[in-house]
Amino acid sequence: MAMSFEWPWQYRFPPFFTLQPNVDTRQKQLAAWCSLVLSFCRLHKQSSMTVMEAQESPLFNNVKLQRKLPVESIQVVLEELRKKGNLEWLDKNKSSFLIMWRRPEEWGKLIYQWVSRSGQNNSVFTLYELTNGEDTENEEFHGLDEATLLRALQALQQEHKAEIITVSDGRGVKFF
Amino acid sequence: SAKIVVHLHPAPPNKEPGPFQSSKNSYIKLSFKEHGQIEFYRRLSEEMTQRRWENMPVSQALQTNRGPQPGRIRAVGIVGIERKLEEKRKETDKNISEAFEDLSKLMIKAKEMVELSKSIANKIKDKQGDITEDETIRFKSYLLSMGIANPVTRETCGSGTQYHMQLARQLAGILQAPLEERGGIMSLTEVYCLVNRARGMELLSPEDLVNACKMLEALQLPLRLRVFDSGVMVIELQSHKEEEMVASALETVSEKGSLTSEEFAKLVGMSVLLAKERLLLAEKMGHLCRDDSVEGLRFYPNLFMTQS
Repeated sequence: MAMSFEWPWQYRFPPFFTLQPNVDTRQKQLAAWCSLVLSFCRLHKQSSMTVMEAQESPLFNNVKLQRKLPVESIQVVLEELRKKGNLEWLDKNKSSFLIMWRRPEEWGKLIYQWVSRSGQNNSVFTLYELTNGEDTENEEFHGLDEATLLRALQALQQEHKAEIITVSDGRGVKFF
Repeated sequence: SAKIVVHLHPAPPNKEPGPFQSSKNSYIKLSFKEHGQIEFYRRLSEEMTQRRWENMPVSQALQTNRGPQPGRIRAVGIVGIERKLEEKRKETDKNISEAFEDLSKLMIKAKEMVELSKSIANKIKDKQGDITEDETIRFKSYLLSMGIANPVTRETCGSGTQYHMQLARQLAGILQAPLEERGGIMSLTEVYCLVNRARGMELLSPEDLVNACKMLEALQLPLRLRVFDSGVMVIELQSHKEEEMVASALETVSEKGSLTSEEFAKLVGMSVLLAKERLLLAEKMGHLCRDDSVEGLRFYPNLFMTQS
């Protein structure tokens, strides 16, 4: 899996690993970093990470180029992702985070679309069914990690399109 | 080596305590490794004959019993030597402190002087009409020679004094040629050295130079003072367009892939200080970006902007 990952051109550009002082340049740089982090995590099916792991991961540490993004700059990238809705801190110390290559609202939308398409409004599903059931095998959200799924359903809940409930052996959701 | 042997009489009963309680020898042997034995023998014999120690006043003799006294340290072996050294060190310390006492007194006086001159300067400012410009300038120069920056001068540096205006015109004349030789731009420190070297006497203070340079543009002279973001000050010919130089800097950097300030300076034939400022300006304008690592600071063409 890791070998098929295609690094963007910036990954081989040394200035990519220095936080640029020019504001306009920095904007482009951070956009490239955010995009890289999301596609990396998507391909490696990594939904959460600690900051320590991130520092040593090939994502921020290009051994061949002998450049690594310093931890303060990594923090800046993570904050950008958080602002965009793709990242959530899992603890108060900001040592580990949830990374969602699609924002919860986007996942929620996809799930609800499938529910409507298949005429299953007013049905109840377990969380497991949604992500691992046969019916959803062709859907993008198939195999989604629980933490992200939960947040997606919470987003739908906000829109009154779903309600998270407790079922026999865990949690489920009812769609409206 | 030469030796002198001093035979001792048996100790009298009323003898005072000495370095040793007793000894099995009844003589002292003095060994002279290099020389000095002749002179020593002469002096020892003399003392032995004169016996000056027997004539010491009683009170003093009594005092020596009571151990080390200031000024009369008993040199008893190494401990005695150490004590003497310590005493000497304390004396030296005391002398130095006394010397600096005068200096701190001077500093107090100097403070009073500064206060006085400040109040005079302010009075001059208030009574501008009653005192001629000439006298004001003379007073200011006295203050400057004492190293006291005159608050009056600082306040007027915006509008400048006659002196600074004249100086600005002088500078424009002196600097035209050197600037052209150096590609139209020089750091203010280079200017300072150049101008003072040419003057030989009546050197300019850095403050006067800066104040004069601040007036260059206002007086519409063909040069100007420019301050970069980093705080570095330069003098530029009006005709010099640093922003245009940036375009050529970009070309140079692109040709070589990337450059440090030193490499760029060498290539273009500029001082490293000005080279760095040019690269920083190019970065500010978005043409270059930086790679800051343990290997140093390198500048690259800003591919973030030019590449998709």
